[in-house]
Amino acid sequence: MLSNVNISLESLNISTLVPMLIPIIGALFILVLDLFKKDQNKSMYVMLSLLFMMLDFGSLIDFSLRFSANGTILGYFNMMLIDGLALLAQFVIVGASMLFIPLALTSKRFHEFSYPEFFALFLFMVSGFQFMVATDNLILIFIGLEAASLALYTLIALHNRSKSFEAAVKYFTMGALAAGFYAFGSMVLYALSGSVEIHQIAAVFNADEFVNLPYILVAVVFLLASLGFKVSLVPFHTWAPDVYEGASASMAGYMSIVPKIAGFVVIMRLFEFLIQSGVVWLNVVLYAIVVITMTAANIWALVQSDVKRMLAYSSISHAGFVMAAVLIGTTQANSALFLYWVLFTFTNLGAFSMLWISRQKNLAPGQSSDHSYSKFAGLIKIAPFSATIMALFMLSLAGIPPFALFWGKLYMISSAVAAGYVVLALIMALNSAIAGYYYLKLVVYMFMKEPEIDIDSKVYTMNASVALRTIIGFAAIGTVFAIVALNPLIEFITAFVYNSGY
Amino acid sequence: MLDHILSLLIFFPAIAAMMGFVVHKDSAKAYGIAVSFIEFIFSLYLWYAFDSNVSGMQFMESLPLIPAFGINYLVGIDGISLFIIIMASFFTMIGIASLAEVKKMKNLIITLLFLQMTMAGVFAALDAIVFYTFWELSLVPMLYIIGAWGGPLRIYASIKFFLYTFAGSLVMLVGMLFMAFLYNQATGVWSFSILEWYRLILPENYQLWLFAAFFIGFAIKVPMFPFHTWLPYAHGQAPTIGSVILAAVLLKMGTYAFIRFSLPMFPDASVFFMFPIAIIAIIMIIYTAMVAYAQEDMKQVVAYSSVSHMGIIILGTFALNVEGITGSVFLMIGHGIVSGALFFLVGVIYDRRHTKMMSEFGGLASVMPRYATIFGIMMMASVGLPLLINFVGEFLSLLGFYNQSHILTLLAGMAIIVGAIYMLSSFKKAFFGEVTNEKNRNLPDLNSKEIFALVPLTIIAVWLGVYPKPVLEPINNSVKSVVMLMHEKAITPEAKMRIPALEEKTLMQIPQAEVK
Repeated sequence: MLSNVNISLESLNISTLVPMLIPIIGALFILVLDLFKKDQNKSMYVMLSLLFMMLDFGSLIDFSLRFSANGTILGYFNMMLIDGLALLAQFVIVGASMLFIPLALTSKRFHEFSYPEFFALFLFMVSGFQFMVATDNLILIFIGLEAASLALYTLIALHNRSKSFEAAVKYFTMGALAAGFYAFGSMVLYALSGSVEIHQIAAVFNADEFVNLPYILVAVVFLLASLGFKVSLVPFHTWAPDVYEGASASMAGYMSIVPKIAGFVVIMRLFEFLIQSGVVWLNVVLYAIVVITMTAANIWALVQSDVKRMLAYSSISHAGFVMAAVLIGTTQANSALFLYWVLFTFTNLGAFSMLWISRQKNLAPGQSSDHSYSKFAGLIKIAPFSATIMALFMLSLAGIPPFALFWGKLYMISSAVAAGYVVLALIMALNSAIAGYYYLKLVVYMFMKEPEIDIDSKVYTMNASVALRTIIGFAAIGTVFAIVALNPLIEFITAFVYNSGY
Repeated sequence: MLDHILSLLIFFPAIAAMMGFVVHKDSAKAYGIAVSFIEFIFSLYLWYAFDSNVSGMQFMESLPLIPAFGINYLVGIDGISLFIIIMASFFTMIGIASLAEVKKMKNLIITLLFLQMTMAGVFAALDAIVFYTFWELSLVPMLYIIGAWGGPLRIYASIKFFLYTFAGSLVMLVGMLFMAFLYNQATGVWSFSILEWYRLILPENYQLWLFAAFFIGFAIKVPMFPFHTWLPYAHGQAPTIGSVILAAVLLKMGTYAFIRFSLPMFPDASVFFMFPIAIIAIIMIIYTAMVAYAQEDMKQVVAYSSVSHMGIIILGTFALNVEGITGSVFLMIGHGIVSGALFFLVGVIYDRRHTKMMSEFGGLASVMPRYATIFGIMMMASVGLPLLINFVGEFLSLLGFYNQSHILTLLAGMAIIVGAIYMLSSFKKAFFGEVTNEKNRNLPDLNSKEIFALVPLTIIAVWLGVYPKPVLEPINNSVKSVVMLMHEKAITPEAKMRIPALEEKTLMQIPQAEVK
């Protein structure tokens, strides 16, 4: 039976589109500006983008006040769904973008930032991700996902190195495959339920008690694969290290955060009701994926000789860790996901930014790659301050208290324990121990080894401008003093997640 | 300000360390001595202001950190932790004062001051997460000390040290989170306060699992056989100051945590695991003593003998009665003083000859008489000669365990004699006989810096050996309340029998919550 789709014209509520429209208008504005007055300095575009993103952030604050007062806001034929999940994810997306965009203000000149199109594409991408999280309509999710991804592929390619092209093409091909999977999976769901809205689909399935289980499972497999590509779950992760390596370090840091939180929100919306309904098979598969993603990515990260590739694998492992929240499915676990990701944003963006400021245009003789471990050997003697900050981010990623990410891990493992997943909690804890090794490896190189390659000491802060230093300082402060902000953060996130029914 | 003496003790060295970055490297050592001296004065004030008649926590401070999740900055000390804290600040002080010239002195001083913060924090923390924070944080400075100033294998040794402890403590963290979850189940609120957790009476099967989770974390830190393999590497590669602080203070974190966490929270599981752990402890005593006998390297002898004595501390702790636990706490102090001093002494000879091989030495007694005397006293203290510090602790520990099992105690007693053999024989090899190696002919005796470090340790070793009461009494009072708590909380008849009931009535009636 097809259920009725309820349309009420009074509740069109177009204002729900405002947060997404702001970056789109911003992007068009930048393009139009370029038509009239060409060859502006990149700093202007950066600041303009930042301004639009601040407006965006402001509108999100406005919506979150409305959400706290009145609950979930629907709009635009119920396609827009502004609930706690959507708002939290958008806060992360816009916040991380605000931290990312000033990284374009390097003191060395990089090709991509001289094009206004870079900033326009960036803003389009932000809006795409915002659409993706602020709806439970499968088609709108798809449009948001594709708009954002296509912009992202181009941004990677703009870095203009042969490896960047390789990365962009690789990402694009994989992304296209994932898009195909997504379309197919949603099609099956639509065929089974007659609706493209997740809550309707859930209602239909619950009403007929999952009679079409085999078909549902087919749809789930395709959707899991496609979203698995987006958040880089093993075995759909193969693009990630190459793409991270090819993209600029700042872009890699951005990719490890923003697309994934958007992906996680969609996964939560889609799989939560399936897990709750007691489809045992899905539980087992998710359990396996979580454990394999965490463990295998950790083991691959152990053997990397390039810091950026190591961070790429470690990001995969963190994604697996967070994916456990979807499996556990309690309010505490879902809150832990957002808490973890907020803390991860600071730490990981900081770590990638440290790589970014040491980006070399030409490699020194004997240097195998731009961010090899050996480049950082003996850094404490050459640039003690950079070494200390980098070590700080590594210790935080490893989960040493009292640095930021420890609290995320703590809350996440606690949610696993509280939901009865004690074995999973142990696996998560032991994976943190394995991860400790490769983060420590960089610390060991920096603090305990002698410099290996004869590099000019200026290399390590080559790109550091005031803007970059500010961002890194911001990330470092966020990492060290996370404890101060934790209580309000937990309460805020928990209230939002709880009020959206997750 | 002195109301917050514990916070002062914890954060003063950390703030001083951060300000130390500004100090010029030529004055770094003087700065370090000054700061650690002030820290030591604070810790002495703690002893002065400490009321030894009170068995519970004193100087408590509380500050909510994450109230939504029940995490508070909660610190306080009792007689068990008081002396370990004093010992930690004492060793930091004399460690910095007696430092030989090394490269990157300033970095070392700053690292040591951070380490002092974590040590004070671990022993003062009464909130499990705060405890865990300092416990983990203590790994980082030690990693740097071993890895940057150690011997040829230093990187391997430092990473091994870090990963072993890190892996173990993550299992412990899961245990802590499970404990908090059970507390939440019983009372409806989140809390990580150890004192709140004491009120929780757990069913035996939960106790067993939780005990095992905590045990892995603690046992690796102690280190107990068979998790001890990181320690010889760490000691072998660490610089003198690293070994001293590792042996004297950091290892005590494990044994201290047994008394603070495992015993009062899981009394039935403690009884259940008493004999297995006692057997491991005895294997640890005998096996490491035999390994020590086979060592060529003087520092390895001291390292293995240190592990061996940690076995007696474990044995005393798991006697689960007042004598045994008091003895083990006292032995922690004694072991800290004695093995710390022995590592200093090995460091003295290493500075002069740059070798630690015993075959290189012989007849040192005639060349360096003062050195040989102090080494002799400390060695005697280490083997447990009466009237020296370790005897008191060893005797009480064994006495305590004698109440539980005669045969195991006898075995442990025999093991101590084995300990005496290897210590005496290595002492003989190094110090007596003719000077065989020409290089040893003109070694200078102890200089004033070394005397400053070693003489106070010798005085303490003799003083507490002859008159242990000022230290023993506060420890005894606090241990009594632990044992009383354990007896009250025990649910199995076996545990009720093994953990003695004390005649005095509890000063405070603790309301208790039960997990269904």
